[in-house]
Amino acid sequence: MKCTTCREVDTGGTLGSGLSRRDFMKVCTAAAVYMGLDASVGAQIAEAATAAKRLPVIWISGQECTGCTESLLRATHPTLEHLILELISLEYHETLQAGCGQQANEARENAITLYKGQYICVAEGSFPTKDDGIYCRIGGLTAVHHLAQAASSAAAVIAIGSCSSWGGMPSASPNPTGASSASAVLQAKGVKVPVMNIPGCPPSPYNFLSAVLYFVTFGKLPELDGKGRPKFAYGRLIHENCERRPSFDAGNFAEQFGDDGHKQGWCLYKLGCKGPETYNNCSTLGFGDVGASAWPVGMGAPCFGCSEQNVGFTEALHSPARLDNLDVTPPALFPGVDGGGGKGVTTAAAAIAAGVVGAVVGAGLATSKKVGQAEEVRK
Amino acid sequence: MSHVHTPVGGPLFTRVFAIALVVAGIGAWFLTQRFMYGLGAVSNMSDGYPWGIWITYDVLVGTAIGCGGYAMALLVYIFNKGEYHPLVRSAVMTSLFGYALAAASIFVDIGRYWNMFNIFKPSLMNFNSVLLEVALCIAAYVGILFLEFFPTFIEARGGPGAAKGYNKIMFILVAIGVLLPTMHQSSLGTLMVISGDKLSPLWQSGLLPFYNVTTAILMGFGIVIFESYLSAVAFKRPFETPLLSKVAGVIPGLLIVYLVVRWADLLLRGALGSAFAGTAGLMFWIENLLFVAALAMLMPAARRTSAKSLCRASFVLLLGCAVLKFNMYIVGFQPAPGWRYFPSVPEIMVTLAIVAVEIMAYLIFVKKLPVLAAPEHT
Amino acid sequence: MKRREFLKLTAASGLLLATDAGVSRASEAKGPSPDAVGILFDATLCIGCKVCMVACKRENSVPGGALWTEGMTRPPFEYNPGLRNWDMATDLTSRTLNIILTYRNGTGNTKNAEIDGYTFVKRHCMHCAEPACVSACPVSAMTKDKKTGIVTYDKDACIGCRYCQVACPFNIPKFEWDQAYPQIRKCQLCNHRLKEGKYAACCEFCPVGASIYGKVTDLRAEAERRLAQTPGDFYDYPQQRVDSFKTVSSKVARYQKHIYGVNEVGGTQYLMLSGVSPDKLGLPKLPERSFTAKSETIQHTLYKGMIAPGVLLAGLLFAAYRSGRGHEGEDKP
Repeated sequence: MKCTTCREVDTGGTLGSGLSRRDFMKVCTAAAVYMGLDASVGAQIAEAATAAKRLPVIWISGQECTGCTESLLRATHPTLEHLILELISLEYHETLQAGCGQQANEARENAITLYKGQYICVAEGSFPTKDDGIYCRIGGLTAVHHLAQAASSAAAVIAIGSCSSWGGMPSASPNPTGASSASAVLQAKGVKVPVMNIPGCPPSPYNFLSAVLYFVTFGKLPELDGKGRPKFAYGRLIHENCERRPSFDAGNFAEQFGDDGHKQGWCLYKLGCKGPETYNNCSTLGFGDVGASAWPVGMGAPCFGCSEQNVGFTEALHSPARLDNLDVTPPALFPGVDGGGGKGVTTAAAAIAAGVVGAVVGAGLATSKKVGQAEEVRK
Repeated sequence: MSHVHTPVGGPLFTRVFAIALVVAGIGAWFLTQRFMYGLGAVSNMSDGYPWGIWITYDVLVGTAIGCGGYAMALLVYIFNKGEYHPLVRSAVMTSLFGYALAAASIFVDIGRYWNMFNIFKPSLMNFNSVLLEVALCIAAYVGILFLEFFPTFIEARGGPGAAKGYNKIMFILVAIGVLLPTMHQSSLGTLMVISGDKLSPLWQSGLLPFYNVTTAILMGFGIVIFESYLSAVAFKRPFETPLLSKVAGVIPGLLIVYLVVRWADLLLRGALGSAFAGTAGLMFWIENLLFVAALAMLMPAARRTSAKSLCRASFVLLLGCAVLKFNMYIVGFQPAPGWRYFPSVPEIMVTLAIVAVEIMAYLIFVKKLPVLAAPEHT
Repeated sequence: MKRREFLKLTAASGLLLATDAGVSRASEAKGPSPDAVGILFDATLCIGCKVCMVACKRENSVPGGALWTEGMTRPPFEYNPGLRNWDMATDLTSRTLNIILTYRNGTGNTKNAEIDGYTFVKRHCMHCAEPACVSACPVSAMTKDKKTGIVTYDKDACIGCRYCQVACPFNIPKFEWDQAYPQIRKCQLCNHRLKEGKYAACCEFCPVGASIYGKVTDLRAEAERRLAQTPGDFYDYPQQRVDSFKTVSSKVARYQKHIYGVNEVGGTQYLMLSGVSPDKLGLPKLPERSFTAKSETIQHTLYKGMIAPGVLLAGLLFAAYRSGRGHEGEDKP
């Protein structure tokens, strides 16, 4: 039975895709909670997201596989079309836009001028810097040029994916194109603009969407860590919340793919899982909205550290995660080195011991006193 | 000088005896707990302090108190001073009690007591072990003490002089009876050498065997004097002051040698730095002050003629030696930072029970057997 | 013998003991035998997963194992009868023969750092070259294998005197305080597994090669090699066994230039490397000369061939005999 009152459609028409107001509120509240904000912020987000003026976004692509965009296509709350048609105003995106050639370039340049200082520039893919950046050119101009141009008038830059966050796969040794991250390129060009990294290969779409919603609502980027990543998503190691962590703590490890331990869902550390050195929220959020355990480690594939610089595309897949830079304190319950033990003094024991010592000393003194008296008498 | 020993007589069941019986009963109750539920159920001993007061008091101090026989035999037979003979028999008896009960309390203390007789199996003996030497020596000495005391039983049946023939071989027993305590009392000191840095430098020393055997002899003399006065007061017997002051004459020399060696050793090893910290530091000073006090009370020879002064000095000496032994085994022992030990109530009660048994046995023996020398003037 | 002479003799023999450097040593520090086996623990590699503790408990709770008790159905867990709870061990106990302890300082953020850092340390029997427990045990319940150098325990010989606990400088042997029929428990380096051609469980199951098993000479060489590396470089760390072909390349941490167990009390067969100095890890600072050697020197000096006691006895016999005769003569009239 359909409840018509629930399908209260926004008269502004911003929710024309058929998403109910209730479902939309759910999405916003979920996003708020997911970012570690109060659930009531959901209403604020909803209000901001349904405002008449949508956030303009210019999407610049460098050396990429469009995987990050593909990843966004898999999001269900909100869906990509909902995002680009109703929440933001996507002004330029090489993969998704209908226009092409000169027309598209003009649209981008117009948008940069029109929304100067108000739009978000999303960077996808790495940016080749070697040989003046000739390895990636669009319309005869280098990707570095496009990025610098779009970023210099943007309110903020969001680097989506590992490539634009820290170079990613194209920067893997020997890095023939001199692939660099968006932030490195902008720094080199002297463009001063806040940059947020959403690393991952591809990143979880919700890390990106939530960050965008946050910006839409509060007009600023969420709190970032030292590597420019939003803390709500990249604050903890995958290892810390991993569903296989109990196996790790109990010392139950899969030794080979397909062995008994592997079948039993034991820890994949020995198979090269990089969870202990990768900061991401895959272990809490899963991936692709398929359900519980639907993420690499959950399915028995060791994490390869796609979102972590110097781990993904750097360390061998099979080599055990290095823990020398693990900057989490060891579990508080681990016993310390300054052991000791034994049982100390109790009141009763102290009283009895004092009594005994007192009695012995007293008896000794009393005896010598008596001896003295007797001696006097006998004299 | 009379060499005749007579039973003291009198009623056996006195107030002191009754109290001792109650204390022994309480101890026995805790011992059943110990044998049913293990050592941890009654004692505060732990993996850090594997040895508590049962070893320190019952064995170490107990046997040192039991060194009266050793000290007197040393004087009477070896140094050829026959005149001390009246004191010997009671001293031997105290020794027998001290050692027999020490052996019994070892049985309580060791965890796998049913294997205890493994120490007599040649195939298992480890001659590197100081403890093996101590164990065999104490076991042998209990036997020797019994044989030394045996004439008392003969005389109890046959009257004075009945043990004359037996006394002919006494010199062998006496010689062995001096050798064995020298060996195991020094080894009781060596025992702690292997614990190394776990024992505070105030006590850890290559001279531990010397310290322990010297203080055992001192304690032997101390107990002979103190016990004589105690029994004189308790049984209203005359004092043996002239004899005892001669015994006491040996003490200052020995005490001075001990103190000089001890302090030279402390200074040479630079160990005094630890003497100003914690309980161990405090106990160190108490120990040494007691020794010095005992020495001061005995030092001018004139003081040794006063019964009161003798009695008090011997008591202070006993305390000093006992404190040293506690320091050596418990107070100065710190297995690793954070470990602590204080005896539990049941542990103290078991020790008191052993003392109570000793008192009861003493009362029975003294009253029923010819142990104490017959009073000279009645 | 005059009293004065006797006192002199006592004092002289005491002083002889004091200067025990002048006395020949009963046991020279020989170090481990060439076939001795042991474990090298590298604290910079340990991740604190405790699999070694789990494996130790499991593999030793079988007949022949160091935790085995007749009729046992499961490994002995830490059980606190007073609190009626099962909890993890906080130190070595009679049920936990191998434990991972944690050093923490300040914020505890940086691994292997002494300040504001943390590190793990694995404690169990050191299998000394001159084991104090073996020297101390009166009934040879603790023995050191001549070939492998493993220190094992025989409950059928043990009298439960706990002198091994007093003697051990590392406080390793543990006593079953809560048992009516107690035993001493300690790591026996998986002696029972060795016979099956296996090796120490803590090494076999260590996922990161923090504990490796092998001959002590090889382990020492391996430790030296690690100390010779430049911190930050990559080094192929052998896994499970020192002679293993299976290696993992890892970044070399900043080591303390000290292999704990090479010189301590005459050498041990368990060696440790760490980024934090050993005395911060609860490992005692110990001299090169073992207390065992010191104790045995005193004992063997006094009792060598029972000559000294024999001479003393002869003297005593003579004195007592002479005294007894004089005494009897005095007694007769």
